[in-house]
Amino acid sequence: MTKEARYEKLKNIVKVYLPQDVAVRDITLQSNFLKELNINSANLVDIILDVEDAFDIRLENEDMDKMETVADAIEIIDKKLATKELS
Amino acid sequence: MNRRVVITGLGVCAPNGIGIENFKDALYKGISGIRHQTELKDLNFGCQVAASPIVTNEILNTYFTPLQQRGLLASGLIYGVIAGMEAWKSAGLETNKTTIPYWDYGVLFGTGILGVAKFREAIHLIDDKNVRRLGSTSVLQTMASGISAYLGGMLGCGNQVSTNSAACTTGTEGVIMGYDRIAAGKAEVMLVGSCSDSGPYVWGGFDAMRILPRDYNHNPSAASRPMSATAAGFVPGSGAGSLVLESLESAQKRGATIYAEVLGGAINSGGQLGSGSMTAPNSDAVQRCIKQAVNNAGILSKNIDAVNGHLTATTKDALEIQNWSASLNRFGEDFPFLNSYKGLVGHCLAAAGSIECVGAILQLTEGVIFGNANCEDLHPDITNIISATKIPQKTIQAAPKIIAKASFGFGDVNACTIFKSYSSSSL
Repeated sequence: MTKEARYEKLKNIVKVYLPQDVAVRDITLQSNFLKELNINSANLVDIILDVEDAFDIRLENEDMDKMETVADAIEIIDKKLATKELS
Repeated sequence: MNRRVVITGLGVCAPNGIGIENFKDALYKGISGIRHQTELKDLNFGCQVAASPIVTNEILNTYFTPLQQRGLLASGLIYGVIAGMEAWKSAGLETNKTTIPYWDYGVLFGTGILGVAKFREAIHLIDDKNVRRLGSTSVLQTMASGISAYLGGMLGCGNQVSTNSAACTTGTEGVIMGYDRIAAGKAEVMLVGSCSDSGPYVWGGFDAMRILPRDYNHNPSAASRPMSATAAGFVPGSGAGSLVLESLESAQKRGATIYAEVLGGAINSGGQLGSGSMTAPNSDAVQRCIKQAVNNAGILSKNIDAVNGHLTATTKDALEIQNWSASLNRFGEDFPFLNSYKGLVGHCLAAAGSIECVGAILQLTEGVIFGNANCEDLHPDITNIISATKIPQKTIQAAPKIIAKASFGFGDVNACTIFKSYSSSSL
């Protein structure tokens, strides 16, 4: 899976949780989930579960704490996928 | 002097019809919502028939966003939102699109237990040491007040937003509690109602108590037989009913359609003393509750044109009618028209009271008494008290003006309310 493909996959997960006043095209790598995309903090938990299912990885609490922006999420996903391929 | 309280909105998600028009049509024609349940058969239930609303994807998409539908397993919550939102819309009220809560509008929406299927999912995840996989709505779907929380948020209400729970009296109790709050001047509008989940985990306990019919698994529409000599227990059901209660002043100011008036009601308990127990009613308390409701409504018992009973299709039906008859002091041909919708929708448990209150109000607006189902063979203990002519087998035109509705529940709890067709002059 290319980096582009992973980004698209993440965007597809996130778009379900966007409030009505935020559009999919507003999502950029720099977007902060809570502050810019206005995602309900409770739903961040669901995004993480969806990411786990979609990429077949497991995110730990410290990963979740670091996941503030879309770019953070991509970085964590990349790292997890890399570890998975090694093992 | 209490303020007058009227009904300006109605909504329902019943086993035999979702939406007021479908439900009304089903009651007119005697359409049953009781069906064979493969799931109950596969789980070795004695009673394999039950009554649940059939919620299509189209209906779900009307009331819930794709996000709200993710992992949504609380069937009672689904039914409650459908009924509550329909009632709100039929009242001509808007969802709140401002940033200021509707301070004078509240929600009191009851349930017995909510989100059982969601709770089951959570239990499995937790026992698998996977609590982290529960997701964000596990709490919201399983807290009893989840239903009032969802509705309160969807509507933007700023008055009391709460959930009452009193077993099978829940729905009728909610009407009286909402009425009291508006009559006392603490709110202008209260969305009241109740809902009950579907499924084996809600109904199983009743099957274990052996109070459900076991001989009708291949004849579901005949299974629920209130007042019948062959009544064999209640058919478990689910769904939701909802009413918008509003102060007369507010309704008139808005130019709202007024469906009927709530004249008053009473709530009590028999204390599980005397003939009362956890599961059996104390008749003294039942009669006291009915009498208090009549007094509270400011009418005389002879003014009552019709009674919509609790009448679940157990051996207690005759006792209930004896209690009505004694407390109203009306017997034989003098007894009001009497019916139970449970022959068609089963016993919707916590949702029973609200669904049946909606039906009772439709009798006032339509000028009819909806027909009873499955009591061609009335129990002789009943016809010894009241005349069979008072228990219509088919829907009849009768132009009722005042209807008494009662619900009774486990814990020896009772609720009775009095509805009147609306006229602008006071009584």
